[in-house]
Amino acid sequence: MSKTTGKPFQLALVLLSIAATPAFAATEADYKAAYAAAEAASKEAVALRHQWTTTVSTLSAAKKAADSGDFDRATAAAKEAEALAKASIYQATSEKEAWKAMEIR
Amino acid sequence: MKPRLAILLGSVAAVLTALVAASPRVVAADKVDPAADAKAFQNFFFQKFPKLKPEEFVNGPYSMDEGLKRQWQEKEEFPPYEFALDAGKEMFATPFKNGKTYADCFANGGIGIRQNYPYFDTREGKVITLELAVNRCREANGEAPYSYVKDEMASLTAYMAFTSRGKPFDIKIPDDPRALEAFENGKRYFYTRRGQMNFSCASCHVQSPGERIRAEILAPALGILNAMPIYRSEWSGMGTTSRRFVTCNSQTRAVPLEPQSDEYRDVEYFLSYVSNGLPISGPGARP
Repeated sequence: MSKTTGKPFQLALVLLSIAATPAFAATEADYKAAYAAAEAASKEAVALRHQWTTTVSTLSAAKKAADSGDFDRATAAAKEAEALAKASIYQATSEKEAWKAMEIR
Repeated sequence: MKPRLAILLGSVAAVLTALVAASPRVVAADKVDPAADAKAFQNFFFQKFPKLKPEEFVNGPYSMDEGLKRQWQEKEEFPPYEFALDAGKEMFATPFKNGKTYADCFANGGIGIRQNYPYFDTREGKVITLELAVNRCREANGEAPYSYVKDEMASLTAYMAFTSRGKPFDIKIPDDPRALEAFENGKRYFYTRRGQMNFSCASCHVQSPGERIRAEILAPALGILNAMPIYRSEWSGMGTTSRRFVTCNSQTRAVPLEPQSDEYRDVEYFLSYVSNGLPISGPGARP
């Protein structure tokens, strides 16, 4: 194997080793920050009358995981809830005009 | 410079002319015209299902599927809403503690009036549904309000609907900008996608009536409220229009609104108005 063909292989090994390295465990502070962001987005969705049931259940799952001390799961759930809430806000915003496309005229 | 200036001025003039020419059409398209909306709405369904008579749309999924229709016709010999109907009739006649009855709160003693609800109250500036009027009657006579979704409310309105069977929906939109706004808000709610499933009411009941969604056959939006309240086998009981809206929202993974919220009242106003002329068939039975 020449020196040049070996380089991509070495790079792949480095990338694999990075990917295989376990992520740092989430702390309570990480969870609290993620939950606060999710809660803020969720409140905005409620104000727009476009809340999703899955945002509510995922927020609840995050809280439950945090109560049991599993901050990895709690942080991941809070981030998922924030993404769901943001998607519902996007839906509410885009539907302000988009609904007209479906109207029978 | 001069040719450039001429081109620039010419472009500006062309854009302004186009805007002026287009603006009346934009205004016309956005003008609220409930009568035109209702006509277009009904025509859409009449053309989509040319074999159906207009009055058959009020039978919901049974108008869409021959086998289901036969099952329903047999079921109607001993309809599942019969107990609620009997209970509602008794409740309707039973005086409140102050001696008055529901008949004192409604036009024509509350008999044969379902087709006029919801109506727009010009004093209050809001849509008043039959359920809301029933609870206001109760509270005005010192009684506790009923739940808006089932049980007593469904029984009582089942009886009131029964006394109105065959009467065509006759919803009025008064010459009041607030009434037009309520109609328009209801229309917007009906067509707006919501929930994680990204469904609007129209996704099922305009785009897909007659199609199956899992085991159910979707009802057409035209005439969908004429059969309310309904006994629903899935609920193992009776439910009001509010209950139907709440469960529709939940099924699309949208957090339901409060029963009798402004949005639900407005969408009921819109859906009832576009079904004007079709007969009341409630109480109904649905799978």
